[in-house]
Amino acid sequence: MKNPSIKIADRLSNLLYIRRGLLLGVLLAPPLLWFSIVYLGSLLSLLANSFFRLDDFTGQIVREVGLGNFIEIFSPTNLDVALRSTTMSIAVTAACIAIGFPIAYYMARHARGYQKALLYVAIMLPLWSSYVVRLYAWKLLLAKEGAISWVMQSLHAQWLLDGLLALPVLGGSSLSFSPMGTFIVFVYMWLPFMILPIQAAIERIPGSYLEASSDLGARPSQSFWQVVWPLAMPGVAAGSIFTFSLTLGDYIIPQVIGNSTLYIGQVVFRQQGVAGNLPFAAAFSLVPIVIIAVYLYLAKRKGAFDAL
Amino acid sequence: MPSNATNNVKAVSSPTLAAGRGLKLAVWAGILFLHLPLALIILYAFSSEDKSYVFPPPGLTTQWFAVAMERQDVWDAMALSFKIALWATGIAMVLGTLAAGALARTPFFGREAINLLLILPIAMPGVITGISLRSAYHSLDIPFSFWTIVIGHATFCVVVVYNNAVARLRRISPSLLEASMDLGANWFQTFRHVLLPQLGTALLAGGLLAFALSFDEVIVTTFTAGQQTTLPIWMLQELIRPRQRPVTNVVAVVMIALTFIPIVAAYWLTRSDEDTNNR
Repeated sequence: MKNPSIKIADRLSNLLYIRRGLLLGVLLAPPLLWFSIVYLGSLLSLLANSFFRLDDFTGQIVREVGLGNFIEIFSPTNLDVALRSTTMSIAVTAACIAIGFPIAYYMARHARGYQKALLYVAIMLPLWSSYVVRLYAWKLLLAKEGAISWVMQSLHAQWLLDGLLALPVLGGSSLSFSPMGTFIVFVYMWLPFMILPIQAAIERIPGSYLEASSDLGARPSQSFWQVVWPLAMPGVAAGSIFTFSLTLGDYIIPQVIGNSTLYIGQVVFRQQGVAGNLPFAAAFSLVPIVIIAVYLYLAKRKGAFDAL
Repeated sequence: MPSNATNNVKAVSSPTLAAGRGLKLAVWAGILFLHLPLALIILYAFSSEDKSYVFPPPGLTTQWFAVAMERQDVWDAMALSFKIALWATGIAMVLGTLAAGALARTPFFGREAINLLLILPIAMPGVITGISLRSAYHSLDIPFSFWTIVIGHATFCVVVVYNNAVARLRRISPSLLEASMDLGANWFQTFRHVLLPQLGTALLAGGLLAFALSFDEVIVTTFTAGQQTTLPIWMLQELIRPRQRPVTNVVAVVMIALTFIPIVAAYWLTRSDEDTNNR
């Protein structure tokens, strides 16, 4: 005589085994429900809120559908913010590719054993360690009395720093109050997100391709641009999704390091916080979503999702 | 042209055999760039200067650690972050494991869409997840609380557990499970005695990373916390308006140390999965 509870478990597991769809449903239901309600639900409420408006006198949200917020987005100031954020995202992405690619290439094709593990951890650590703390480190580095100024003075290169800071759009009173500083910190923050997918993509290129390429008489630079680069492209595109979208929406880095020019994330945060204008904040947060959607479409055509 | 030919051979054999000096230089410069700031934080925690960020520190001292230990607001913020991270990790581990079980092998209609849905909260800027949750809470008249933070954190932590679990599940041979069931074990026994021991370290690693992610998160949290102060929010307030630099320096070091351990442990637990798990 079997224990009845085991019997029920047996029958239930037979059922789940025979009807795979049921098993799938049971597994999938909780995460799918959570994401539908919490995440998609929130996104929908964001979309709904973006059509509402704030009553100027009472400060209450008026739940009437209108396009006022979207018309306001196209004001010159707001377009300026969107353009500045997009330009910054593209510049940061390009810099991350330039700095990250050699590291990824070296990890995939040269580093072996112990050294490879060490490099991997060296990329993982900054990726996962605290965002605020790393930002704080840059505040220390870039401060007027900080380490970079000190190094520049010690090298008698103060003139170089002053010259850079005197540049019209990029400069400022010190590195931590200039768009140049903002750019450096963005690159630092998202660089690991670029390295890892590129490394994975290069790892998948068979060594024989490179041998074949050189056997057929290609110079190293030709092998690189005609074999390695196209095959690494999905990794580059995957990494760039992270660097682009993370830069586009960030509001803390430009708030801590930089001059007072605004980025998309800051406008969203201020509108919902200080101004209490949740509907406009909601509408404005659709701007990065649209830009990212366009970017994702372009990245998909480069095969970025195969490398995610 | 014999000389040209030998030149060619030398040149082409170099990229596959040994790394050029330029490449090595670029690599180590990049690694330095990633790590010098973290090292600097540790140095500053011992700086005797308490009014500015002057470099090099005029003197070294350990007194600020004692000062920071006395700070109740720091302890409160840390306790709050810890509790949030525990709950968020717990929820994320359940949801992430279930999702991985469903999506790892069987292809079905909509699998890619669900995969994308799980990645979105982390691939989209935090400001979007944050403002979405904020507007949902506002529309439903839900006041800010401990749970409003946990819900946000759990949502973007799922993908971390999911990624680790999927990578491991794809390495476990299905014949192991079939053998177990052929030998008379039911589905639950197979899960308990065959699947779980194989999956355990990947789940632990996913959990550790989820914990580190939640413990450090600040962008989504600023939209869902109201007046509550988590440890990263405490840090952020100090960043915007520095009031007590020495205490901030010490807290920064503690935060690095607290996340360092789970990150390295997670890497160690999943180092054999690394090919399929690149995030």
